[in-house]
Parts: sequence; structure tokens; C-alpha cells
Amino acid sequence: MIFERRLLTRDRGAGILEKFWQIPWSFVILLCVVAAIGYVALLSAGSGNPDTYAQKHAIRFGFGLVMMLGLAMIDIRLIARFAWVGYLGAVALLVLVLIHGNVGKGAQRWIDIGPIQLQPSELMKIMLVLALAAWFHRASWEKVGNPLFLIPPALAVLLPVGLILKQPNLGTALITCMVGAAVFWSAGMRWWKFALVFGAGAVAAPIAYERLHDYQRARITTFLDPESDPLGAGYNIIQSKIALGSGGLWGKGFLQGTQGHLNFLPEKQTDFIFTMIAEEFGLVGALTTLVMLLLVVAFCYLVAFRSKHQFGRLLAVGLGTNFFLYVFVNVAMVTGSIPVGGVPLPLISHGGSAMITVMLGFGLLLSAYVHRDAEMGPMRE
Amino acid sequence: MSWRPWNGAGLLGRERTVRKEEERRRGIFTRRAALLGAVQLGAFGFLGSRLYRLQVEEGARYATLAEENRVSARLFAPPRGRVLDRNGKVVAGNRLNWRALLVAEQSADHAATLETFSKIVPLGDHEKVRIEREIRRNRRFVPVVLREFLTWEEMARIEVNAPDLPGISVDMGTTRIYPESEHLAHVVGYVAAPAESDVGDDPLLQLPGIRVGRAGVERHHDRILRGRAGAVEVEVNAVGRVIRELDRREGIPGQDVQISVDSELQKAIRGKIQEGTTAVLLDARNGEVLAMATKPSFDPNIFNSGVSAAQWRQWTAARSTPLINKATNGLYAPGSTFKMIVALAALEAKVCRPGDVVSCPGHLDFGDTRFHCHNRNGHGGVNMRTAIMASCDVYFYEMARRVGMDRIAAMGNRFGMGVDLEIELPGTRRGLMPTRGWRLNQGKSWSIGDTIVHGIGQGFYQLTPLSLAVMTARLATGRAVQPHLTRSIGGRPVRGSRPEDWPSLGIPDADMRLIREAMWGVVNGGGTAGAARLPAQYGQMAGKTGTTQVRRVTREQRERGFNVNSVPREWRPHALFVAYAPHDNPLYALSVVVEHGTSGSGAAAPIARDIMVETFQRLGPQRPGQRVAEAGR
Repeated sequence: MIFERRLLTRDRGAGILEKFWQIPWSFVILLCVVAAIGYVALLSAGSGNPDTYAQKHAIRFGFGLVMMLGLAMIDIRLIARFAWVGYLGAVALLVLVLIHGNVGKGAQRWIDIGPIQLQPSELMKIMLVLALAAWFHRASWEKVGNPLFLIPPALAVLLPVGLILKQPNLGTALITCMVGAAVFWSAGMRWWKFALVFGAGAVAAPIAYERLHDYQRARITTFLDPESDPLGAGYNIIQSKIALGSGGLWGKGFLQGTQGHLNFLPEKQTDFIFTMIAEEFGLVGALTTLVMLLLVVAFCYLVAFRSKHQFGRLLAVGLGTNFFLYVFVNVAMVTGSIPVGGVPLPLISHGGSAMITVMLGFGLLLSAYVHRDAEMGPMRE
Repeated sequence: MSWRPWNGAGLLGRERTVRKEEERRRGIFTRRAALLGAVQLGAFGFLGSRLYRLQVEEGARYATLAEENRVSARLFAPPRGRVLDRNGKVVAGNRLNWRALLVAEQSADHAATLETFSKIVPLGDHEKVRIEREIRRNRRFVPVVLREFLTWEEMARIEVNAPDLPGISVDMGTTRIYPESEHLAHVVGYVAAPAESDVGDDPLLQLPGIRVGRAGVERHHDRILRGRAGAVEVEVNAVGRVIRELDRREGIPGQDVQISVDSELQKAIRGKIQEGTTAVLLDARNGEVLAMATKPSFDPNIFNSGVSAAQWRQWTAARSTPLINKATNGLYAPGSTFKMIVALAALEAKVCRPGDVVSCPGHLDFGDTRFHCHNRNGHGGVNMRTAIMASCDVYFYEMARRVGMDRIAAMGNRFGMGVDLEIELPGTRRGLMPTRGWRLNQGKSWSIGDTIVHGIGQGFYQLTPLSLAVMTARLATGRAVQPHLTRSIGGRPVRGSRPEDWPSLGIPDADMRLIREAMWGVVNGGGTAGAARLPAQYGQMAGKTGTTQVRRVTREQRERGFNVNSVPREWRPHALFVAYAPHDNPLYALSVVVEHGTSGSGAAAPIARDIMVETFQRLGPQRPGQRVAEAGR
């Protein structure tokens, strides 16, 4: 899929045009295919009218694409140098959203920036990956083994997680933790420390459950037994499963999904867009979509393995894990495998925030790919 | 984050170490990232298997659930069948009912719209409260009934003001109407909203505005009249709004039921009777009920729109019990009208011959009790025929003593008394034909004195006017005719309209002839009911009077010279008369009960005569059951 090309961007001297040719166009085409799936799904969600959702989706994707390609041109070293600036900026936005944010579903989650609504928590995950990659990129195996060395990045994870919990948004906080954990893991944190942290988490979970908001508890209890309250919190999951299941192997056909078009399916243009696809295009359509998304994740790993510098590797793995978690949580949620969490399906769901942040992440990823052979400086003891 | 060029000394060795470290770090990264990637690939695999399970393995189940979600069957009520009288006149029909409906979501401000509406069609406060409640309770696209039974003028005003009444529409439904009002209420019955307990077996009953038969023929033939619900399958969305119609099944309209009652005759009879009087007229040959009149009655139309609490209290509290059909639910002792049964029981038991003479001195002494005859001076020597004609009590005291209560009761049962007559009027009382066993079951004893009293139709008997009419019809024809109301259902005649449909009672013809002769004599041969003789052109009527005490006449009263006119009306005896006509070819059988009418011959017999005359005039001397008999087979 990704074809080999002669390396030339050893230093900043490489011209813009040369870098442009370094961009893996097959990946860009892959993204366009995924966005096109989203376009078709949103066309259906809008009952065939492109003005409802699909058109905006296409415009947003176009905007994101330009931004991504622009970011790909920026030297990875420059990005690495300003990683912590981006991190602090995202933390500042998180604080801002707590003070001035718009309330949605009982939580303060987004702020309006011009025409788009931004969820700082989405941005935060990208910036966290960036900051952690910057922290670890020159750390040797021994250094990572030093617990004191792990304290600052751990705090860097816990600070935004705390802020996101404050919103409150349990799902995103957990995902942020997992994204951070992926970077820690890849950077070489000892496995027994992981075991220790997970053990502590398992002990703390029941205590934390006591402190959860009612709606968050309802989500967890509903997950455990969705049929218990069919018209309450479990309604969404049941209707989603009915929609998925009734799609069968080949689906009901474009615009023929009864569950979606008769509004049995909640939030079909955002969180439950995958259900819409699965209902109308069946298992074949759903698996096709899933494979496309899997290829996107796979590309992230490819970038990681190709990168000559640890920063690029960690960045790629972190971003790949972030994208994977979006997809997994969303699809697992609509198939009733994990609690409903309000996580969109990236590149496909309607909504600007996720699209922009995901494309921002891919911009960084492409930069890491384009500058995969850049000299990032040696590691320190 | 900045990096510097490295200082010269030890550069190479250091660089080597760094490169080795770098290689090591990269190796660790590759292993760990591969593991992470494998985990994520596995997660995708899990999602894929989950989708396979949902969409392929359980797909059929979920497809069904999706259909159940999407498709909603809506029932609609077929028109209720009508009830026709024997001449095809509608006695229970359907009338168009124009209703004003409001769909809240089509009106920007439904409160303002209601305000405007109430200026055009005044609404009471309680109506407004009900409307507000229904709007709140229903979804906003569900129409709420503002007002039923709109007049033509109100409708016109609503239509003219339609632009000011957004969301209000006029819609046509049907409502039950009983043109004969109170005249046939007890026979036809009425409809009302189904009770909680009725709903369940028929989905039709869950429809708003549906009515079910709650009494009379409306109730008995409810399923036939109701028909079967039509259904329309519609696609609905998540909030229940209808998106489109998928399938439509027309219902089966309710079938018309023709009853044997002649509504005009019924009305005429009700014009001839007073409050507290009941008359049941049967076709003697086949048991068809030609008229079943009782006063007072009620207007069944009121039930349709709901009975007010005040009206209900008035009906149920009234001593005259307008809601109760006294023909089937009023219980009376038969008095002397029962004497034919005693006579037949005696003949069958062969305890006497028809010619046997019993001497009547005015009383019968048995043990230390004296049983009086209604004639203080006695009838002298009477045989069976003259005893019936003169209604001699002593003769029947003696017969009862000879034959015994159980054989009397068995004969009464054979003549339709104290048994279930299976007439199409729900709630009909079977009455009580006392026997010794019945009394012993109550823990009481039965003496011969009791039997003697029961020989003249007094005592524990509780019989309906209907059963007395059935007795008369069976006496007239010798056949076990059953009373019934249904002549045809959906135009198809029902069984039982021919005399041959009914089995013989098995009483010897000679005995029956003797009884009929005696009954003829009651009216035409100088008996107790000479006043009931028919005008010659209608032939001759046979009958029997009866007078039943509602209070015991005390010895003291008897000695002072008991005068019924001096006691309160509700203490006076009931007056009864049973009759059939014409004597030589019985067509009609009739029972008349006048509550507290004092004397069967004085109060009941003349009414019976008038009813018979009326019947002959309206139905003629020709066979009244002709139509069905000719049409059928």
C-alpha cells in the first residue's frame, strides 16, 4: 500500500516540493475513501438530502485535508520543539472550557471558536501524545527504568485527565489514560509497573464508582444489563443492536434502513453512524468500513516502524492508538459490547471537533513520515 | 529540547555506545509496538466477530424486532349491526356523530385556539379541564375530541371560522340510537363503553369510543352485532407517528339481528298499562316474544353518551326500578294462575279423575289450621273444570294434599317455570319452584300445610311474568316451546320458528283438552274472568285469573271483614292473568301482572283483553309467524 520512496529529507534543507512528493498519497486516498463512506452514511442520515449533514462533512474534511497536508510539510523537529507549548495550550483550553464551556448532556465539553465547536479534550489527546513523545524520545532504556523520570510524564497525563473528569466526561478521561499508557508502554516502561498501576486502578475503581455521577453509573449498570430498562438508558443500545442485527449480511439498502429513518436509532448522524451503515449495507458494508479504519491504524504503525527517531515512533504509536480507541470504543458501544460513551466514529460521524483534531493528528503523523529520517539528536543517559 | 554538537573527546566510543543503546531501544520499541498492534488487531477481530454474531447469527431475530418496531397495526371499528323488529323497523341503529377534534401540534397555541373555539361552540369548565388533560396526556399529534354530537349549525359555524381555528377539524363517527327510546329498552338493551374486565379477548374493545352491548339483545348478540375489527398496518416512527400505510384489511361489519318483537304493538301495549304492570305476549306456537312490556322504563340513548351520576342515582333509588326488566327479573307468586299445573299434576299422578267432586264449604281444615277459600261461603260441590272456572281454592288444597309438592313442582318445571328459559336476555332470573328438598336444604321443614298452601299458587313461588307466559303457551299448544327473541341474524332465519321445532310435552290430549276447556270457561263460561271476553270477531280467549297476597291476611282482619281498598297500595295483592287466543287455534299466549292490582279479574283480565284485541288488530287472525315460516324452509 505504502510504496517505497527515496529518502531525501535528512535535514531541513529539503524543499517544500520534495517534501510534498514524500507524502504517502495512498494514505491520503485511504482517508478520502473513509470520508466518502462517511459522506454516504450522512447522506442517508439526512434522508438523502446532502444539505443536512453530508455537505458540511465534505467541507470539513476538505478543510482538514488541507490542514493535514500543510502540517506534513512542517519539520518534525520544529513540532517536537513546540510539543510542550501545544500541550500547555490544550490544558489552558481545558481550563477555559470548565469556566466558559457550553454545557451538553450535563457536562461542559466544548467551546465555540468561530464557526466550529471545539472539544478541548479531543485536542488534548493529540497534544498529550506529542508531549509524551517529546519527553521520551531521547530517554534510554535505563532512563525509562528510573521511576523518578516517569513522574513528570505521569503528571502530564493525570492533569488533563483530572480536568476532563471534572467536566465530567468519564469515557474521554479513560481514553486519554489509555492513549498515554500506550506511549509509556512503547517508550519502555517496565511491565511490572504497568501491572502495579492497573492493580491500583482495580482497587480504586469501586471507590471511584461511588463518586460517579448518576448518569455515568446508569451507563455502567445499563451496560451490564441493557434489557433491564428498555425505554431508559438501555433503549439506545437495544435499538442500535436491533438496527445492526436487522441489517443482516447485505443490508436493507441505501436509505432503506427502517431503524434509522424512523428515528428508532438515537443520534444516528453522530455516535450511531456506524449502526446506520451496518443497517443499510449489512455485514459487508460494516466490515468494509471497519477494514478501512483498520488500515488507517495500520498505517500509523507503519510510520512508527519506519521512523528513524524515537519521537516519530512514539508519536505514530500514540496517534494510532488514539485513532484505534475512537474506532473501537465507538463500534463496541453501538454493538452493545461496552457502555455507551458518546465517542464519535472518526472521519465518518457528523461533527467538526473530532474531524479537525483527527486530521490534525494525521498532519503530525504525516510530518513524522515525511521527516522519518530527520536527525533528532542522540539520546541521553 | 535543544541539542548541541558533541564535544570531540571520546566521541567515537560514545557514539558507538549511543548507537548500541539506540538499537536496543528500537528493538524494545518494535517488540512492544508489535504487541500493542497485535492487541489492537485482535480488538478489531473481536468487533468483526461481534458484528457477525449480531448481523448473521442473530440477524433473523433482530429483523423481526425491527419489523415490530416499525409496523404498528391499528384497528378500526366496523359499523355495529342494527337490531330490527319483526317488521324490519330499526329499533337500534347507528346515527352519524359529528365531532370536533383538535390536533395540538397543528395549532401554535392550543389554549388560544380553544378559547376561540369556545366562543363559537360554548364549552363548559369541566369540558375544558378534560380537554386540557387529554392534550397533556396524549402525544401532540393525537386528535383530542372537543365536542361530540355537533348540530348542523355548530358544524357550519366551525367550518366558517376554520381559519381562526388551526388544528381543529370536524370528523364523522357513529353513535348508537334507539328510535323507540324507552319502549323497547328492556328488550333491546343498550350499549356503553366496555368495562375494564370486558377488554382483553377482543382487541377491538381497546379502541377509543367503542361501545359494547351491556344489556338485552345488544348484549346477548354483542359479538354478532359488533363484527370484526378491520386493521390497517402502518409504518410508525419512534414516537409513534404514522409514516405510511402498509396494508389494509377491511373489517367484517356487524350483522343485523331481527327480533320477533313488534315495536308498534309493544308501544301500543305500553300505552295501555300503568306503572308496575308487566305484560308478556308470546306467539303460542313457537315461543317468539311478540311484546314484552313493562313500566316504568328508561331511555337507552342516555347510556351512549354516558350516564350522569344524578341520573344513575335516580334510576337505582326509585322503588319502581325502571332499569329492571320485570318481565324477566320481576318475581311473583303465580297465585291461581298456577292451578292448571296442580290439576295436571293430579291427573298425571292419577290421584283424582276429572269428574271427581270435592265439596267446598269455604274452607279446608287440616290439623288445627283452617285454609280459607276466596269465597267465604264456599263453592259447594266442584269438579276439576268448575274448580278452575270458579278458581275454587279448597279443591286445589285438596288436590295438592293428594299429589304432593314435588310432583307439582315437577309439572311446573315441565311448563317452563323455575327453569332456565334460555331467552336472549342476559340476567333473566330462573325463578324458584319450591320443592320439599329445596326447603330441607335450607334447614327448614316442609309440612303438608305448606303443600296445601302451594296448591293455590301461594307460598315460596318466585316466578317471572315471562315464565307464566311460557306456561300459557305450553298449555295452549302442548308443546315445550321456548321463549325467544331472535328471528334472523344477517337475514338468515334461526331455528325455532315452526311449531314442529318444539317437542311435545307428553301430556295426554284428554287432560290438556280438559284444562283448555276449563280456561275457556273462565272467560266465556261464566268463570271468574267474564269481563275479559273478546269481541266476537276476534274469536274466543281462554285464560285464568290470579290474585296473590303480598301480606298475610290476619285472622283479625278477616273477622272484621277485610277490605283491600282500606290498606296501603303496596300491601294490596298483585293481580295476574294468563290467557291464550283464539281458543280453537291458539296463536297468542299472554301473561299480565299488575303489581298491587288487588284482583286478577278486576285489574289484570281487562288489560289482557285489551292487549289481545290490539294484537288481533295489528297482527291479525292470520298466523303471526308466517313470514319466517314461509321464507325459511
